[in-house]
Amino acid sequence: MENNTIISLQNIDVSFGKENVLKSFNLNIRDGEFVTLLGPSGCGKTTTLRIIGGFITPDTGDVFFNGKKINDLPPHKREVNTIFQKYALFPHLNVFENVAFGMRVHKKPEAQIRETVGRMLEMVNLGGFARRSVNSLSGGQQQRVAIARALANEPKVLLLDEPLGALDLKLRKDMQTELKKIQQQLGITFVFVTHDQEEALSMSDTVVVMDKGRIQQIGTPQDIYNEPQNAFIADFIGESNILDGVMHRDFLVEFAGRKFDCLDKGFRPMEPVDVVIRPEDIEVVPPVEGHISGVVTSVNFKGVHYEIIVDVQDFKWMIQSTEYQEVGDEIGLILQPDDIHIMKKSEYSGMFGDYSTFSDEMEEDSQPAEEGEEAES
Amino acid sequence: MIKSKTAFAPYLVWMGIFIIVPMILVGYFAFTDQHGAFTLKNLAEVGQYSNVFLRSIWLGLIATVISLLLGYPLAYLISRTGSHRQGMLIMLIMLPMWMNFLLRTYAWMTLLEDSGIINTFLAGLGLGRLHLINTAGAVVLGMVYNYIPYMILPIYSVLTKIDESVIEAAQDLGAGRRKVFLKVTLPMSMPGVISGVTMVFVPSVSTFIISKMLGGGGNLLIGDLIDMQFLGSAYNPNLGSAISLVLMVLILICMGIMNQFDEGGSEDGEGMLI
Repeated sequence: MENNTIISLQNIDVSFGKENVLKSFNLNIRDGEFVTLLGPSGCGKTTTLRIIGGFITPDTGDVFFNGKKINDLPPHKREVNTIFQKYALFPHLNVFENVAFGMRVHKKPEAQIRETVGRMLEMVNLGGFARRSVNSLSGGQQQRVAIARALANEPKVLLLDEPLGALDLKLRKDMQTELKKIQQQLGITFVFVTHDQEEALSMSDTVVVMDKGRIQQIGTPQDIYNEPQNAFIADFIGESNILDGVMHRDFLVEFAGRKFDCLDKGFRPMEPVDVVIRPEDIEVVPPVEGHISGVVTSVNFKGVHYEIIVDVQDFKWMIQSTEYQEVGDEIGLILQPDDIHIMKKSEYSGMFGDYSTFSDEMEEDSQPAEEGEEAES
Repeated sequence: MIKSKTAFAPYLVWMGIFIIVPMILVGYFAFTDQHGAFTLKNLAEVGQYSNVFLRSIWLGLIATVISLLLGYPLAYLISRTGSHRQGMLIMLIMLPMWMNFLLRTYAWMTLLEDSGIINTFLAGLGLGRLHLINTAGAVVLGMVYNYIPYMILPIYSVLTKIDESVIEAAQDLGAGRRKVFLKVTLPMSMPGVISGVTMVFVPSVSTFIISKMLGGGGNLLIGDLIDMQFLGSAYNPNLGSAISLVLMVLILICMGIMNQFDEGGSEDGEGMLI
């Protein structure tokens, strides 16, 4: 265990009835870090948070806090505080008493309570709200009270369970910046749970991508985005074209009917691999100049760029480009070596197809795009 | 859509005939003598019965406090059990209410009588007989037995509505079991307690069947007094109306005091739940 590790989960197994929620789960969290647990619903991220908070006791495995085993320590004796999904404010207490709750329980002197509550409310921009009833506040304001209430206890670690889920997009962006600022100001550890990949990428020092009760990848936001370890991560974080390929030798990969230079090595000769190409990395050129070429099947305006679907030998690619293309035109695509990312085959290979659901057929069967576009827009 | 005004009409007519008119009649009788002339004599006479009023309020208070002390823990325990069992337990609590009120009270008479089941049992064990019936204690027992469901149900209903995450938030902030209860669960359940107290206290104070059957002649309550003025030997509807009027004012005052307690708790007016 590293010496600045504040929380360590070791070989954790949790099941609810027959369902295994976490499987041999290991995670070390460093002191002062902003860690995000990211994954689709049901991946076990909230369960992980509740284990740290003390609300769930794992079936097997150990929880360490500052090197001490805290498996059997009840929530009220742990030096962590939680911001709950629905804020869970005390409706019978006003804003001041909500924030003061932890200190009153710990029998802090009245002068200190008043000073701390004042300071906390200033920090979350609710200076004049001390005497207001929490029921009269908006969602964003209630969220701020919940943050102030948790931080007034001076926790070593703050746990945040999808705290921004109920807020509208604009407010959510503001709160993201604010939370990040607060974390840097106080220098305490934040463990943040979300299913929103954009939120995870923009706020975290470290992102832990989870699925089916297992950690898929741990890394910085840049690592996770640029070097996804399997098809699940490549698909879950951002948009990806994921193709079947064969690694001929180091730095040479074959996919889409031809060979490309790449920057990846360390695979067996002729090893089948998954190839990831991000839509924004692809360069559009006239057909004769391209490495590969295809026919434009749909174009969507997204504000910053156009989202263009191109049919290349029956595989639908997504391209993000600032230049408009006409549906039905043939265009060429150029892929530079650093645009290509190679992944080992995994249990997720083949599960994430191309962007064919994006074409005209989609309107007929009216299925939501499986890439989760809807959730964010 | 029916306009809300038209939809209200039948209720307004109903309330007019069966609530407003009788109240006016009570008021009219209270302030007149048997010839219909205005008088304050009836109200002045009510003063003679202040001991009955005091006894009624006193016994009603005792019954309410006992119901609260017994009912709250039970409601709390039921709200904590699995949802499957909750329904059955609540049904068991309501079950006696499906039986006729008179019958239930008769049952207590046969239990408490000097030669009743309890005393026969005690005598059989070689213990002495106890004088149970026709005491204030028997009246309070009858009140608690008959009205405690009205205490349990509103408290239970408020307790089940408390969001589990609020309890977790309190634990998270450092509160152990006792503090979670005292600082969160109890204050958040006050609206239920207020309704329960009101719904036990009001019928207890004005009951006459329970005191008549279990209290004998020595434990006359306001209800009995009113009963006697209308149907009994002392036939005097004017005095009976005056007593009713005073009782109503006293109950209103008691409820006003209780609602003051609630003020601090919930400001958004979810006070009366049932």
